[in-house]
Amino acid sequence: MSILVIKPGIQTTIQDAGRIGFQHLGINPGGAMDLRAMQTANALVQNPANEAVLEFYFPAPVLQFNAGAFIALTGADFKASVNGIFLPVDHPIYIPAGSVLQFNGKNKGQLGYLAIQGGLELIEWLNSYSTNLKAAAGGYEGRALCAGDELTLNTHPKAIRSSTKCSVLPWKAYTESFYTNNPFRFIPGKEFDLLSKASRQLFITGGFMIQPQSDRMGYRLQGPELQLTVAEEMISSAVTRGTIQLLPNGQCIVLMADHQTTGGYPRIGHIITADLPGLAQKGIGDSLHFVQTDLETAENLLVMQEQHLQQLKNACILQLDAYHRH
Amino acid sequence: MGSAPYIIYPLGDQALTIELGKKIEEQTNRRVMEVFHQLQNNPIPFVSELIPAYSSITVVYHAFAIRKTHPGLSAFDWMKAELTNRLQQKGDGAFSSRLINIPVCYDPELGPDLAGLAAFSGLPVAEVIRLHTEKAYRVYMIGFLPGFAYMASVDPAIRMPRKAQPRPQVAAGSVGIAGEQTGIYPVNSPGGWQIIGQTPLPLLDISQESPCLLEPGDQVRFHSISMQEFNQMKNSRSV
Repeated sequence: MSILVIKPGIQTTIQDAGRIGFQHLGINPGGAMDLRAMQTANALVQNPANEAVLEFYFPAPVLQFNAGAFIALTGADFKASVNGIFLPVDHPIYIPAGSVLQFNGKNKGQLGYLAIQGGLELIEWLNSYSTNLKAAAGGYEGRALCAGDELTLNTHPKAIRSSTKCSVLPWKAYTESFYTNNPFRFIPGKEFDLLSKASRQLFITGGFMIQPQSDRMGYRLQGPELQLTVAEEMISSAVTRGTIQLLPNGQCIVLMADHQTTGGYPRIGHIITADLPGLAQKGIGDSLHFVQTDLETAENLLVMQEQHLQQLKNACILQLDAYHRH
Repeated sequence: MGSAPYIIYPLGDQALTIELGKKIEEQTNRRVMEVFHQLQNNPIPFVSELIPAYSSITVVYHAFAIRKTHPGLSAFDWMKAELTNRLQQKGDGAFSSRLINIPVCYDPELGPDLAGLAAFSGLPVAEVIRLHTEKAYRVYMIGFLPGFAYMASVDPAIRMPRKAQPRPQVAAGSVGIAGEQTGIYPVNSPGGWQIIGQTPLPLLDISQESPCLLEPGDQVRFHSISMQEFNQMKNSRSV
């Protein structure tokens, strides 16, 4: 029972909710860039929320399933198909043994996720399956997938693997509320007030473009040059996913999943957690706008997203159980 | 101890930073470590990470879990109140600082910036090595890369700023200087520190339960080894 990687895609990695509790050693949490897509994919196939999934950019991988499996595709829509049948995102799907899953083009978003019911047989590193490329640890041999890799499927008590027909189950996870498009909301960072008044204004009105040197570590932005009123001597301290730092050349970088644990650049702001899934689905050349919000709003939006995820999980359990009884 | 001034500010919507000072000072960093150990030994619920730095400690928390358990309060306010309470308590100071000895080969082949640093300092290479190995350094924090220890303070005579143009690749084990700091690259990485030597010891060993050789608060002492010793130690490791 395994999946054979026929083509690896440009960067396909194993991810989960991240490696929590090791940042004091410089080991970043990593994990899925779009955590909501990862959680939705797992919910759709009744996996625990933190089960390992595949995360992929486009060009995406080509995967051959040597056993039948329930799967879910979430996040970006890369026009998936199995043996000529097109597969939608955000549905549970049964694909029979021998299926070749491939992706035929970019429809929407930047990062796709594939969850397989029961998950994959992998060894955790520091309590997480996430791939840490810097440490060459976690995930599948600590690296992005290569052609010829074979991912072993775990058994699942509810797994049905005998059907020979591909079927898209008739219910959908509604994920729209996870995705904010522009503008992205931020709460001011410690050094926001050190920006000149004109720069503070430009930060909100200016608009930014994601530059080519952007990856899972962070998005380098091109936009209006921002200036500080005082050159404060910064001492390195912790940073988080979503932190917007001001680089010495007046340009900004937004830290993403594989960010360094500490940094010494002025912190202009922090993208709120609720808006990070939408940001993860932006790519090189996309434009971004920022709008200021407050901590209370940020927390309220986070609570709403978590509650929506819980409802989604409950609905998936009911639907999949009903399906299995028939 | 509990009366030292500090400020608490949000670092996004699921973390906050306790700033205990604005300088790289041993006394401030001792207080950072005291708070770090206090919170490790007697954890606050919903905390997922404690990240000590030079003069601050950052607490990462599960905002949703706090809001569920304590409705009506903001997660930040709840966590801030908990921490304010803890910071008033006396730390027990009962944590030991380990002394770790690290062999370094200061051969120009492994320390490509050693000659440049000697020229910059106006000192013979041997004197640079003597000054670098003379004292114990404090691990103020770990960051940048898995297991990368920021250590200080380097003797003023051998301080040199980072390279204007970072190297695209610095070898794992490389020992560098950046201003008053010294550090060791645990993995191959781009980097801008002045590389003066290399240690054969693994700073990051992912097969170990504690994967990093150094931890915040450790004391580190370097000693000079020959290229032959370096190769022997490196080979004995890989067998």
